Amino acid sequence: MDNFTVGVVVFPGSNCDRDVSWALEGCLDIRTKYLWHESSDLSDVDAIVLPGGFSYGDYLRCGAIARFSPLINALDEFVKSGKRVLGICNGFQILTESGFLPGALVANKNLNFICDDVELDIVSSKGGWFNNVDEKQTIKLPIAHGEGRYHCDSDTLKKLVDNELIALRYKNNPNGSSFDIAGITNEKGNVLGLMPHPERACDKTIGGTDGLFTLKSLILK
Amino acid sequence: MDQFAVKVFVRLRPSVLDPAGEATKSASIKLGAEGIKSLRIGKMIEVKIEGNGENEVREKIDLLCDRLFANTVIEDYEYSLEKL
Repeated sequence: MDNFTVGVVVFPGSNCDRDVSWALEGCLDIRTKYLWHESSDLSDVDAIVLPGGFSYGDYLRCGAIARFSPLINALDEFVKSGKRVLGICNGFQILTESGFLPGALVANKNLNFICDDVELDIVSSKGGWFNNVDEKQTIKLPIAHGEGRYHCDSDTLKKLVDNELIALRYKNNPNGSSFDIAGITNEKGNVLGLMPHPERACDKTIGGTDGLFTLKSLILK
Repeated sequence: MDQFAVKVFVRLRPSVLDPAGEATKSASIKLGAEGIKSLRIGKMIEVKIEGNGENEVREKIDLLCDRLFANTVIEDYEYSLEKL
């Protein structure tokens, strides 16, 4: 595991790339490597994080332009090989725009940019991203988004529920998300997208450590 | 090659809540406008494009709308096309 390297993707407008790298390297001793969005060579990374921020200035729709970067084009094979991909906030938006995860993220119901700590129920630990082997657990993570309202049609929602793809639900829905959804996985479980920021909850001195488990699980096979 | 002016309209699907539209509706009422039953905000994209005839251009625009201009999970689109 010594050489395990997590690629942290940097788009123009990403602003949580360094936080993710700090959390992985400083708190978990996991090696990271920044991947510029124009790179399509993913051969020397073992997992990938799409960090939060405002890729391409959120032009057109959040994540809509990032979808066409060489790196996201190369991601398809990476995901099919079973390697793990974590999309946080803008990273989640990119994963839905590019079709790796179903649904879409739209403007918060109250139109506010919400910056707060939220309580989340771990609904499913598909893929091992959350530590709830035996019973439902609640964790607290920070959110910071203006367009984090998860939306999908009723057929998609049924599929998410039936296949246990809903990872996290807000205890007190802050943004109007369908079914209180805060994070989902793909069917295989190797792709997780979530609006809350686990990398901002990795040290007691900055408010909590509930994000550590999710980041640490990047190294799971 | 023919050149066309295309106007693409992208709208949130009726089933998707439009909070910006709701806020604008509320401001419209405060302005004194009466009788507004519904107000929803979309986007209009103007494209000048050339191609061999209308059918080829429509194919290109369909692709652009479906893959880039609109996210069909939440949005519908339509467009008008004028030969220049």
